[in-house]
Amino acid sequence: MSRILIIGEHDAGKLNPAVAKCVTCAGAIPGGEITIALLGQDTASAATQAAAISGVSHVLRVDRAENAHALAAVYAAQIAVLAAGFTHVLGPSTSFGKDLTPRVAALLGVAQISDLMAVESANRFRRPIYAGNAIITVETDPARKVVATVRVASFEAAGSGGTADIRTQAVDMALPTHTRFIGTRSGSTDRPDLQTAAKVVSGGRALASAENFKLIYTLADKLGAAAGASRAAVDAGFAPNEMQVGQTGKIISPELYIAVGISGAIQHLTGIKDARTIVAINKDPEAPIFEVADVGLVADLFQVLPELERLVGG
Amino acid sequence: MKKIMVCVKRVVDYNVRVRVKPDASGVMLDGVKMSINPFDEIALEEALRIKERGSNAEVLAVSLGVGDAQQQLRTALAMGADRAILIQSDNAVEPLVAAQAFLALAKKESPDLVLLGKQAIDDDANQCGQMLAALWDRPQATFASKVELEPGKARVTREVDAGLETIEVDLPAVVTVDLRLNEPRYVKLPDIMKAKKKPLDVTTLAELGVEATQMCKVVRTEPPAQRQKGILVKDVAELADVLKKKGLI
Ligand SMILES: Cc1cc2nc3c(=O)[nH]c(=O)nc-3n(C[C@H](O)[C@H](O)[C@H](O)COP(=O)(O)OP(=O)(O)OC[C@H]3O[C@@H](n4cnc5c(N)ncnc54)[C@H](O)[C@@H]3O)c2cc1C
Ligand SMILES: Nc1ncnc2c1ncn2[C@@H]1O[C@H](COP(=O)(O)O)[C@@H](O)[C@H]1O
Repeated sequence: MSRILIIGEHDAGKLNPAVAKCVTCAGAIPGGEITIALLGQDTASAATQAAAISGVSHVLRVDRAENAHALAAVYAAQIAVLAAGFTHVLGPSTSFGKDLTPRVAALLGVAQISDLMAVESANRFRRPIYAGNAIITVETDPARKVVATVRVASFEAAGSGGTADIRTQAVDMALPTHTRFIGTRSGSTDRPDLQTAAKVVSGGRALASAENFKLIYTLADKLGAAAGASRAAVDAGFAPNEMQVGQTGKIISPELYIAVGISGAIQHLTGIKDARTIVAINKDPEAPIFEVADVGLVADLFQVLPELERLVGG
Repeated sequence: MKKIMVCVKRVVDYNVRVRVKPDASGVMLDGVKMSINPFDEIALEEALRIKERGSNAEVLAVSLGVGDAQQQLRTALAMGADRAILIQSDNAVEPLVAAQAFLALAKKESPDLVLLGKQAIDDDANQCGQMLAALWDRPQATFASKVELEPGKARVTREVDAGLETIEVDLPAVVTVDLRLNEPRYVKLPDIMKAKKKPLDVTTLAELGVEATQMCKVVRTEPPAQRQKGILVKDVAELADVLKKKGLI
């Protein structure tokens, strides 16, 4: 039997939607029993949400003042202890999981499988390499623990209706003090979260200024969509870093992705190839984005966006 | 700040569109252009800027890979690194093994700061820095977009899903860098000449006491599923129409 530990990401009492996707991934491992571990200062409300995910058997709460912020060095030490008796440890491929999970793997002395996208057996998995230009199937040593990050865009969220038990677990150990949280900054918006939104409108370098990016935001708001950006747009300061989509930004799988003034570099496409429908608006008919777009419009964005906004504005 | 160690990996240049071999045994690498991993170039640039800002730290570039990785280390020396070490290994190793090798060097060299890329664009693992920090029992600051040094510590701004996070870490520490930390300099011809005289030592995993354990076996390499080519619409009205028919707007 497989015993699977999922590292549960949460923030301010809210469980990250990536957790329910990790549960679906874990559920694909034959004969698995799923436990979600939550570290924090007070994980009560996140625990209730985790316990309600269908397929989860147990929720472990590790509440400590030192866990108030997700510092990898602090969390990894505890998760390495919790991992005893588990055959698999899974983290989400979010910035939280990418930071933390390899540190756990190293403490456990095992390799990590990054961006796990499909489960073939308890120790056989698929993952992308070379910005998604190749997919490899890897087999791990059955005698060792499997540690992996789950490419959340590859899995649907598990449903609700679960009734897992919630236990509080004390992890008695001195924790490192060499890493201290100072603060976070985010351009908080009322728009849907980019990683989980059903619709996303992204702008590229062609927008040419932060001011012009309002065109993207207006269209996004009309559609109830999240807003994204290419790296070029973020580098140029037109949009904040958390909006970047792609190999080194967010990997997303919305129902609808509208790329406006984005050329379609391979690193950008890596982030959107799981989108159901891709729409591209670009004035260059040769732009590579048209090779992957389901619907393409060759046009100047400044001419067509206002009209599109009118037509979708219901 | 006396010494900064930077890990630079030789990888397929990011402009190359990598193709899978027809027999699913791997990707085609014969004759393709190889470069320093783009993130590692940024890591090296940051080390050089810290040096040039007055700390005068020694910048040590290290790489693990085939003998030809000396080319990338020469480039690193031409950019301004003082010294380089190649851990020569003809077989690619897993990030954990690379981390063990860098740990052995870190113990020997005692750097105040180790800079790595956040990920190598070949394996896209995003593991090595975190693993080194764990094995070394030192702080990690991943995905850095700003590094500010103070005596004995560093304040690092990190690119995270929610935006930007700032943490403070005691030195020595491991920092992995993101794309917006800086823009690497171009190498000038006289620097390439000068770099030829800089020391480049070659060692092996065995000499460092590291075993190249393979824990994950790659059994198949396949091309990704291709998306079907779509349609072109002639104007916005038709676009809106198509999207309405698909129930998307
Ligand atoms: C290691 C590495 C990682 C990277 N990671 C990412 C990543 O995560 N995400 C990412 O996006 N990129 C990433 N990149 C960068 C990537 O290679 C491209 O440089 C980037 O995606 C280009 O952004 P862009 O399409 O907005 O700009 P450009 O390539 O400059 O394209 C602009 C497009 O706009 C069109 N255009 C111009 N004016 C108009 C107009 N008026 N109306 C309509 N169309 C117009 C042009 O025809 C062009 O196609 C990475 C690169 C590297 C090396
Ligand atoms: N073989 C290697 N040689 C030099 N540096 C490496 C090597 N492998 C990994 N690294 C460093 O670790 C970072 C992350 O790599 P990875 O975990 O493989 O994605 C890279 O950006 C490099 O800085």
